[in-house]
Amino acid sequence: MAYDLKMRVWRGDSRGGDLTDYTVSVEEGEVVLDAIHRLQATQAGDLAVRWNCKAGKCGSCSAEINGRPRLMCMTRLADFHQAETITVTPMRTFPVIRDLVTDVSFNYEKAEQLPSFAPGPPDADGKRRMMQSDVERGQEFRKCIECFLCQDVCHVVRDHEENKPAFAGPRFFLRYAELDMHPLDTNDRRALAQGAAGLGMCNITKCCTEVCPENIKITDNAIIPMKERVVDRKYDPVVWLGSKIFRRDRREEV
Amino acid sequence: MVSTSSTPEPPRHPMTGNRMDAGSDTGFETHEYDVVVIGAGGAGLRAAIAAHDAGARVAVVCKSLLGKAHTVMAEGGIAAAMGNVYDEDGWRVHFRDTMRGGKMLNNWRMAQLHAQEAPDRVLELEEWGALFDRTPDGLISQRDFGGHKYARLAHVGDRTGLEMIRTLQQRAVSLGIDVFMECTVTEIFTDRPKGARPRVSGAFAYWRETGRFVVFRSPSVVLATGGIGKSYQVTSNSWEYTGDGHALALRAGASLINMEFVQFHPTGMVWPPSVRGILVTESVRGDGGVLKNSEGERFMFDYIPEFFRSETADTVEEAEGWYTDKKNHRRPPELLPRDEVARAINAEIKAGRGSPHGGVFLDIASRRDADFIRRRLPSMYHQFKELADVDITAEPMEVGPTCHYVMGGVEVDADTEESRVEGLYAAGEVAGGMHGSNRLGGNSLSDLLVFGRRAGHNAAYHAQRVNVRRPDLPDDEVRAAADRALAPFEEEGGENPYTIQKDLQDVMQRLVGIIRKAEELADSLDEIERLKDRAKRLTVEGHRQYNPGWHLALDLTNMLVVSECIAKAALEREESRGGHTRDDYPKPDPEWGARNLVLTLPGDALDSAVHLAHQPLPVMPDELRALFEETGAS
Repeated sequence: MAYDLKMRVWRGDSRGGDLTDYTVSVEEGEVVLDAIHRLQATQAGDLAVRWNCKAGKCGSCSAEINGRPRLMCMTRLADFHQAETITVTPMRTFPVIRDLVTDVSFNYEKAEQLPSFAPGPPDADGKRRMMQSDVERGQEFRKCIECFLCQDVCHVVRDHEENKPAFAGPRFFLRYAELDMHPLDTNDRRALAQGAAGLGMCNITKCCTEVCPENIKITDNAIIPMKERVVDRKYDPVVWLGSKIFRRDRREEV
Repeated sequence: MVSTSSTPEPPRHPMTGNRMDAGSDTGFETHEYDVVVIGAGGAGLRAAIAAHDAGARVAVVCKSLLGKAHTVMAEGGIAAAMGNVYDEDGWRVHFRDTMRGGKMLNNWRMAQLHAQEAPDRVLELEEWGALFDRTPDGLISQRDFGGHKYARLAHVGDRTGLEMIRTLQQRAVSLGIDVFMECTVTEIFTDRPKGARPRVSGAFAYWRETGRFVVFRSPSVVLATGGIGKSYQVTSNSWEYTGDGHALALRAGASLINMEFVQFHPTGMVWPPSVRGILVTESVRGDGGVLKNSEGERFMFDYIPEFFRSETADTVEEAEGWYTDKKNHRRPPELLPRDEVARAINAEIKAGRGSPHGGVFLDIASRRDADFIRRRLPSMYHQFKELADVDITAEPMEVGPTCHYVMGGVEVDADTEESRVEGLYAAGEVAGGMHGSNRLGGNSLSDLLVFGRRAGHNAAYHAQRVNVRRPDLPDDEVRAAADRALAPFEEEGGENPYTIQKDLQDVMQRLVGIIRKAEELADSLDEIERLKDRAKRLTVEGHRQYNPGWHLALDLTNMLVVSECIAKAALEREESRGGHTRDDYPKPDPEWGARNLVLTLPGDALDSAVHLAHQPLPVMPDELRALFEETGAS
């Protein structure tokens, strides 16, 4: 059943812009990205939007829909009343390039600063052995599709440009946690996570977890355990002494 | 609400240093590299890493952001005969499965290299941080898939492609490889010395962000641009799949083979309309799912072809036994190669035994418990729940064929991946030959790794060899490339690129789809000719900064020439084989089975007609041929 949907879409570039009103014909079962595509094909050929897979797997079509950070391809029109106007704006935390497209290079810069995986030598037959239960924690974090909605919603940087240099954001805390929990990694990135990445600036309001389209428990499963690991290393005298005497933690600090 | 600023100096991109305004007064940004890799999916990133390891200065140029390439959509796994689950498995078995799946039209040498090298490529990913699912003794787990004799696919749930791309992306970033994101290549420059092969001298691209042009001077270019699916209406492919690499190669003087072979994946979503075509992984069937028609019948038993009869279960009892005891049971017919299953589904729907929305039922809910399904197929669970309101642990899915993969592509040397053009390499979906007339599931991800690496190494060696005298790149060629790219802005009152794309998708879907016949294919060529004509007068609105209408206008010329290649080869090949089914020639023909169709573009103008020639298939050496004879037809 087709109906006319009222939309307000932010149009503009780095110099400024405004919400523009559109009415577009949509079908039952469609998502917000379908409506945007129809606008593009019929009314606004130059409307800038990122998208790729249209199945919630690539994390390209991030935007704010009625103020909430979401993937446009996973937001069904059926979740809104047919008479409701749907407002689509670009992610607020990143500088606008044009229309719904933002400059997310912040995230790529933070990725470059992260020391990569460093395994020890493999087993004698050239293979590596890890138990399923040991890889599962990391696998949860590796579900991340890098839509950067967690970065967008995080109040440490959302309206605080000045915090960006010292704060890597939830997406990268996830990565720190993944590597720290990897059974075969030999690097110790805890000091780095706390220092350069700004893990301590997070005050676990769980906004990131709420917007994650992959339902990764970012706060509970990555950030809080990572904070505990940092604290163990830093303050617990028994842990400190143990690691000196028994050399329990042989990882290399980076 | 959105940060605004106005600066007197032109703003520059913090990472690239590229000017962010759309000014046209400042000439071209030029870069010099040893190797330029076009595309940042599995093949492109693996090629870039290999070229870097071989000592080359490398640039990766990609249409989307890094990490968004189509590889993320791959679900099932990476086929590699590691023998972690069945130690009887080995490269010879994998090679044989691949050739048989491709109905023996594969380039035997590529299939051999692929089967031999895939296990090492998978282990390498683990070195770089990939976290595969494990066997009970801690090794990389391997799952069953259509056409593979043994459980062979290394996997991470049903999101293996994401794991692969993230691993390669993180590796490339840690090596410091330069990545030009959201940058689209529109030309490959060649230097054509008299009497010699043309050779690569560079590439021309535009930044999507600003619309400004970039010139790459480089003696080696690796094409890793993926496929052509966006020329079809119902497809699992993203907007990027416009056949760019295929078209760039043609224009540079290279050749395409096997273009008539397009894989329709048997199971795409069919409802609601907005998700039509989105992939439903073959793992659903590998993990126990079965196909049923509206009468509740497991219809695949009625569609077992002679070629696979001896290895396919013909009773439900035997098929059921296979999941737990593979030694004493033959495979269920649901796990026949994709071309067979897609045709069967198509026939059931045509016979009026389809599901309410024009598909068939894929049922795993009644066969496996909910926990198992959620653990093994988390993203399928998620996808159906969120997009179709279907709980796959409680009810069957509705599925139907969707355009998924093109077996055809750039004709390359099997060992080096070099095309007919010196310095021009191709790897992954854009290359042809490896998969013959039909690709087995799981063989794509391994293909990307094996041939991406080979292409990257050889591109680096080539750059090293010609280092003394690099090919010329005259300024007037660069200027001409810019003029061509800007042409759509000059035209007023012309055609809307979105409309022509839609019309092309309609033609390809209707006339060059799963089941083909001579009259329809001839019609499609006329239609494509008319569309090419209309596409000469495209108009785009707005300016050069992040303008999807303009981007589509440029991609459209590639889609048109590649569609012409597909239709032309499909009309020529008068037999049915793999991903090419002719209603008027329903059987495979041994003579055609020894022949490739080769497409070239005389001259380099995109609007000239493509040229088609016959070429004998490379002949397999006796020791490999023996692998097929020893075991008879099976």
